[in-house]
Amino acid sequence: MSKALIILLLISPLVGFLINGLFGKWLKGKEKLSGGIGALAVLVSLICSIVAFVSVQDGNILEGDAGILYPWISDYISIGFHVDALTTVMLLVITGVGFLIHVYSIGYMHGDAGYTRYFAYLNLFVFAMLILVLGNNYLMMFVGWEGVGLCSYLLIGFWYEKQSATDAGKKAFIVNRIGDFGFLLGMFTLFAAFGSLDFVSIFDNAEAGNFQQVFGASTLVIATLLLFVGAVGKSAQLPLYVWLPDAMEGPTPVSALIHAATMVTAGVYMIARSAVLYNIAETGVVVAWIGVLTALFAAIIALKQNDIKRILAYSTVSQLGYMFVGVGVGAYASGIFHLVTHAFFKGLMFLTAGSVMHAMANELDIRKMGGLRNKLPITHATFLVGALAIAGAPFLSGFWSKDEILHSAWGSSKVIYIIGLITAFLTAFYMFRLIFVTFYGKSRVEPEVASHLHESPGIMWVPLVILAIPSALIGLLLGVGGHNSWFHHFTEDVFPKAGKAPGNVILFMAISSIVGIAGIAFAWTRYKNRVPSDEPTNALQKLVANKFYIDEVYNTFIVQPIKNASHFLLWRLFDTGIIDGIVNGVATLIRVIGGTLRRLQTGLVQVYIVSMVIGIVLFLAYYLFFS
Amino acid sequence: MLLSIVIFLPLLGVIAVALLRNMGASAIKGIALVISLLTFVISIGLYTGFEAGIDGFQTDAQLYQKLLWIDGLGISYHIGIDGISLWLVLLTTFLTPICILAAWNSVEKGLSGFMMSLLALETGMLGVFCALDLFLFFVFWEAMLIPMYFLIGIWGGERRIYATIKFVLYTMAGSALMLVGILALYFQNGNSFDLITLLEAGGTFKPAMLLFLAFFIAFAIKVPLFPFHTWLPDAHVEAPTVGSVILAGVLLKMGTYGIVRFCLPLFPQAAADATPWIVPLAVIGIIYGALVAMVQPDLKKLVAYSSVSHLGFVVLGLFSQSDAGIQGSVLQMINHGLSTGALFLLVGMIYERRHSRMIVDFGGLAKKMPVFATIFLIVTLSSIGLPGLNGFVGEFKILLGSFVGDAFSKWYVVFATTGVILAAVYMLWMYQRVMFGTPDKTNEALPDLKPREIAVLLPILLFIVWIGVYPNTFLKPMEESVSAVAEKVKVKETENTPAVGQIIINGKTQDTVPEVETATGQLTKEEAQTK
Repeated sequence: MSKALIILLLISPLVGFLINGLFGKWLKGKEKLSGGIGALAVLVSLICSIVAFVSVQDGNILEGDAGILYPWISDYISIGFHVDALTTVMLLVITGVGFLIHVYSIGYMHGDAGYTRYFAYLNLFVFAMLILVLGNNYLMMFVGWEGVGLCSYLLIGFWYEKQSATDAGKKAFIVNRIGDFGFLLGMFTLFAAFGSLDFVSIFDNAEAGNFQQVFGASTLVIATLLLFVGAVGKSAQLPLYVWLPDAMEGPTPVSALIHAATMVTAGVYMIARSAVLYNIAETGVVVAWIGVLTALFAAIIALKQNDIKRILAYSTVSQLGYMFVGVGVGAYASGIFHLVTHAFFKGLMFLTAGSVMHAMANELDIRKMGGLRNKLPITHATFLVGALAIAGAPFLSGFWSKDEILHSAWGSSKVIYIIGLITAFLTAFYMFRLIFVTFYGKSRVEPEVASHLHESPGIMWVPLVILAIPSALIGLLLGVGGHNSWFHHFTEDVFPKAGKAPGNVILFMAISSIVGIAGIAFAWTRYKNRVPSDEPTNALQKLVANKFYIDEVYNTFIVQPIKNASHFLLWRLFDTGIIDGIVNGVATLIRVIGGTLRRLQTGLVQVYIVSMVIGIVLFLAYYLFFS
Repeated sequence: MLLSIVIFLPLLGVIAVALLRNMGASAIKGIALVISLLTFVISIGLYTGFEAGIDGFQTDAQLYQKLLWIDGLGISYHIGIDGISLWLVLLTTFLTPICILAAWNSVEKGLSGFMMSLLALETGMLGVFCALDLFLFFVFWEAMLIPMYFLIGIWGGERRIYATIKFVLYTMAGSALMLVGILALYFQNGNSFDLITLLEAGGTFKPAMLLFLAFFIAFAIKVPLFPFHTWLPDAHVEAPTVGSVILAGVLLKMGTYGIVRFCLPLFPQAAADATPWIVPLAVIGIIYGALVAMVQPDLKKLVAYSSVSHLGFVVLGLFSQSDAGIQGSVLQMINHGLSTGALFLLVGMIYERRHSRMIVDFGGLAKKMPVFATIFLIVTLSSIGLPGLNGFVGEFKILLGSFVGDAFSKWYVVFATTGVILAAVYMLWMYQRVMFGTPDKTNEALPDLKPREIAVLLPILLFIVWIGVYPNTFLKPMEESVSAVAEKVKVKETENTPAVGQIIINGKTQDTVPEVETATGQLTKEEAQTK
């Protein structure tokens, strides 16, 4: 594989960004051209990714000096690429799903005033995401990491006249920065230990035990946990998940691409990339626990939500939790496999949700829908595929990947397995609650909206159909055989060997299927003809419906106190009051002293003489009596 | 010779403006702009003629000059540059024409005086960065106060007199101490103010701690280091736009430059001893400046307090006793000059349109001023330290150097790193309130940037991206000079015990596996102490 290929792969979306960004004025009104440039830029990257993938499959990995572009910060951190099996998997997801979402956006964003700006941002996002996965060192990963964060900020707040949208964008950036704080300190620790941030160099030396014990024996423990803080922020895990549901303020294709398929999985990628370190430090258990608790917590919240996108958002948080369970228990390939399948089915579901919104004049509340399957047959069918996949219906993609994770978790901790299984049940339940309420039953659509209910245009439904195919089938293609599957073979050089999980594979599959189907069935009994009630009936339901009041708690106990303390204590009291008080006080004191002393200058000779005499007398008295 | 031309060409411009001040506004502006541009172009010769391999001052006759001035008192006209001052000189010559162009239509009264002050200021600032004679340094240091005094005092806002006096008195209080320090050095240096010989004898002066403090306090006020910072918000708010740009862009750097040029190499042991006191102040400044910036209702005050935060990073890096940290600090001086300079220019541009700097008066500007909003966003991101732009490289090196440098507890680095979060909070919140939302009637009518204004900002944007993407253009020439300073400070610390990570940083082991020897053969500090 040549470096030139990777450069072309990377640069193409940047060029698309520059064209749409700089010449937006001239492209105004030429939607097809503007969107076409955006999609074409990603298509070029997709083709390059496929070439790179084939090349890696033939055993050609780009790493070491061959991948270096130029020294970036002094001589010890460079801009360079590392392309192996894990990278190409990510590349295919980013450019593949990314391309379809670009195409879909051409239709979805039709008529929007910020059309070219949208495609500029979207291309910039793909560029940053590619940097994130292509980098050969942690700092370059961080460059992409921050770049995607910026694009996420810009795209969440895309409709910037809406206060809620810009609030959400800001929140996303700041919460992510809290994660980045950990990422940065993690990098400092690694650099202090290894004198480098280069992946290959760090992993080789870590395996050889050849590094400075900056924090004694716990050096790697501290480093990996700090890196994980970054992952918790970016991948929306407890306790930093709060930004992701709010991020739904952005255009729906953005939610599909950034907040489901690619960016939010960056944390999982980071842990998988650092597999060697996590294995040595044995900190995966923390990762797995945070993951499984997030999975459960978010799934519970999703039960009581009525906003179609927010249900999907909490679902994403929950599914990311599964991925962390996977990489946390050492089943790195399984975690990444779930990342891939999730990218397809969740990307698909977001796009179908966009299709529903498109038909419903941007309505998000599922209580105002119902019976849509007749009016939107393609949307309904593709959404159903996605929902079946996430629910773990047998032989669909999610079934394979989720089962692998749960099976591996069993080998690590039975409690994690059981929580994971409960979450699987809840997942099937809330997802089919969404389906039954939205697509089945009687129509509750307002008459005015109902009159122009329509299926989306071809440019939107074709990508849906294309995405539905891998959502259904990719598991059969890549996942059959568990640890002997194609996917595990392809990535076996990247990850440390995981021990085979104990127990009968078929049995685990059967249990997972039964749980998933039970969840669907339960949702059918509860919601086939029922609308979610407006008012929560008891305290527990109220708690869940209000998302456990986490946002309110953060606001009351963190945001407001900091704001008030900064304003009143630091600025008003300390800065203006005390420091400036002292400064001005000194000035005043000098003026007062000067003013007082000035009065002695009366100009009357008698006074001067008298004071001289008094002075002389005092001096003489002093010498006479005291010396 | 070239260096002298660069320093005094602006002064020639002062004379030219004075002579031709009756020829009308455009002539005055034209002369000032041409002179300052010419100075910048000539100063590029300093970069092309610069030898990166020299660890002290440049020896080329173009970049170094020594003439006897007052022989009997050991005073000479002695100038030169090294890899540190080179960048500050270029920053000064780069920002001055930008300022002149930015002030094109905003000066209503006394245009010639304004331009003369600006040009005189440039000579003063350049002199401070180039002087290799303490007496000459002090002359420039004080001389530069006068034009600044006029800029704020005449062309400033309503409370300009209070702000100017506060600014001048604060600085004078510091310089008085420094003067005593300079004289003490003079007598210990064989009745000479020569900086080269002083630097060679660095570490031998007594009483070291008092002398260190005499210099350090003068510079700390200038930086300004918390808690000496309260003159800054007032000065910024009252200064005209251009005054703020120069103040933030260059004047504050004199403080940090003074620390790295005098405090560290002349009194290395005292600096090391004072580190446990100074570093907490720097870290408090980072967090405190950010928190107070967050709640400012006035855009200029917000940027002013953000400077306190950013300069805290610079001071932190300077005391990290590591090459990476000090390099980061020097780079961050440039970065702050560019980003904060640009921020003040941008604030000035909307002030000219809206006659307000209050955040609440704005909102929704992005809709009617897309070019302005885009440039503002890039500068905001540069200030936040987004990778790929300039601010990140500096901050990263400072924090990395501080972390591996082992000059102080890693906890300080942890706290300093929270500045990264807080910067995003106050900048993005400000950006949201000014740019997003729906514009009201007044804001609806604001016109987007004019070509002249774009021309003012574009060169800054160029460097914001350049430093972010390819910082080695700027880092390579300073490496040797920074090492020279770092070596001096590290002397005591590293005789037997290399600080953690040090060898690898200096050893330039790019992407290579550290030798077993360097990794495990190094004694850790604790081990060495027990032996």
